Amino acid sequence: MSGTGQGPDRAPGPERTWGVRGLGVRYGGRTALDDVTFAVAARSVTAVVGGDGAGKTSLLRALAGVVRPSAGTVSRPDNRRIGYVSAGGGVWADLTAGENLEFAGRAYGLGAGRLRSRTAGLLEQTGLAAARDRLAGRLSGGMRQKLAVAMALVHEPELLILDEPTTGVDPVSRVELWRLLAGAAAGGAAVALATTYLDEAERAATVLVLDQGRALLAGTPEEVLAAVPGRVVESATRPGGVPAWRRGARWRAWSPDGSPLPGATEVAVDLEDAVVVAQLAREARRAGRAA
Amino acid sequence: MWAMAMKELRQMRRDRRTLAMMILMPVLLLVVFGYAASFDVDRVRTVVVGPAAHAVADRLPDQLEVVEVRADLGRQAAVEALRDGDAVVGVVTGAGQQAQVLVDGADLFSARSVVTVLRGRPELPDPEVLFNPGLETSTIMVPGLMGVVLVFVGTVATALGVVRERQNGTLEQLAVMPFRPRDVLLGKLLPYLGVAAVDLTVLIGAGLLLFDVPFVGSPLVFALGALLFLFVTVGAGVLISTVSETQGQAIQLAFMTMLPQILLSGLIFPLQAMAAGVRWIGYVLPLTYFIRVSRGVMVKGTPLDALLLPLGMLAVLGLAVLGLSIARFRRDLAPAGPRRPPAGEVEAVGAATRAEAGAR
Repeated sequence: MSGTGQGPDRAPGPERTWGVRGLGVRYGGRTALDDVTFAVAARSVTAVVGGDGAGKTSLLRALAGVVRPSAGTVSRPDNRRIGYVSAGGGVWADLTAGENLEFAGRAYGLGAGRLRSRTAGLLEQTGLAAARDRLAGRLSGGMRQKLAVAMALVHEPELLILDEPTTGVDPVSRVELWRLLAGAAAGGAAVALATTYLDEAERAATVLVLDQGRALLAGTPEEVLAAVPGRVVESATRPGGVPAWRRGARWRAWSPDGSPLPGATEVAVDLEDAVVVAQLAREARRAGRAA
Repeated sequence: MWAMAMKELRQMRRDRRTLAMMILMPVLLLVVFGYAASFDVDRVRTVVVGPAAHAVADRLPDQLEVVEVRADLGRQAAVEALRDGDAVVGVVTGAGQQAQVLVDGADLFSARSVVTVLRGRPELPDPEVLFNPGLETSTIMVPGLMGVVLVFVGTVATALGVVRERQNGTLEQLAVMPFRPRDVLLGKLLPYLGVAAVDLTVLIGAGLLLFDVPFVGSPLVFALGALLFLFVTVGAGVLISTVSETQGQAIQLAFMTMLPQILLSGLIFPLQAMAAGVRWIGYVLPLTYFIRVSRGVMVKGTPLDALLLPLGMLAVLGLAVLGLSIARFRRDLAPAGPRRPPAGEVEAVGAATRAEAGAR
């Protein structure tokens, strides 16, 4: 990366896009990912969303080099320039917060002076300065996740990969984590994260929606929303004759051909609606083919 | 109650390793104790030296299995044969004098058996017990137990240490960090080797001070044997960790490797007293060879050149086990290819598109 001003540990080179192309991942006889293409550009956050078992973790693990793909290509910087937070967090519970950061810094070859300044800075940014000497196993879930992200950031990576870093984290900690990630992207990193929270995904520059190991939707949030076919409406009661789903106390329904539904008002779709509609549309196509 | 029993049965059926251990372990123990658990040594290797060697060799009791008769050699050669483990009994004959019978006290059960036989035969001379004159059990058990401690530290602690990383999800974190698999492995193992060295020192000190165990040989030869043995045990620990998902599974497997070593290595039951089939299992166990080294060096002062076979076997076993464990560990830690590509970035290619990589 050139001109990012990220200090001596960041190797110079052109800013570029990392990702996977036509990726397939199989575990024994089970296909976890099939023909998935996904790009993570520098200076931006790319979100991977999908339900349980959709393939988010497999995609990020393949991108990080933890899983060998069965098909397709993976483009990533070498390990010295990758920061990774696994789904479990990946902090050493029997080391203190400071020791965890120190280990990560040494693993990535930071010199003593730089390690000291990065550790102090990250502990400050994550609000963990007071917990520096506390065992990571005794930190709250949110603090542990922030520590994991700090460890992944200690060497200012070019590609930051995070597997559901905000799952199970309270709203305040989620905001703080996003501030860290946005800061890393602003500093030049390409950030790829998996999340189950669609409101979070809307903050990303680009989104990939996975469903049963295949790409369901991809693009910027605006592109994804604009591509929703038909019309999404909202009503107090469940409309008949069309697919509908609950949103809070009200119902939303999808009119595939865009025709209005009596008693329902059209709403501006969000990412959650877009994902639901895409799944419904896929099921409808499958049903049509089967018939 | 039935609901609980059904749940337990289903869980037990899925935990095949525990089920296999519950069924196989009693069978294993029965076989081992049936064929190996014996202190009675029927045949004891014997060398006969001195001018009347041939005549005396013919008159020795059946229990003394004569493996060498040398009329041209004297007492010194018999002592060296016992020291080097070539024989347990040395009969030294003289022209017109009563023969002397030397017995290797470090081979405790053989020695006890020979002493009992000879003392029941008034026409034969009283045996002279070398190396362990009081036929003390602690003198031979302490060097052997050091091997058990090394198995414990090397195999159990190493396996648990590596599996803990996997169970906590941190092994995956290490896989992404810019470590080579051997860096991770050696970095993890070094502290255990340090602990094992401290353990050994403490045990030797305790053996000398509390049990009056002698240490008459070379500490360097002992250290070499301990180091080679540690490579085998640590390799076994890593190997166990690569096939264990949880620490419980690792402990189970480590226990299954420890038990045969304790029972079949000659630590408790003499190898010579075991049935041939079971004895051959003992010959592929690393503890068997470490015990030869530790007892030889500490109790008898056996020199390096007489220990080349056990040291060589430890080296071969170490290379095999550690090599296999590193290969398996590498597969766990670096599944997606090279860690440090020369171009500074990686284009990992799936099996279906390898041709595409060649075209880049």
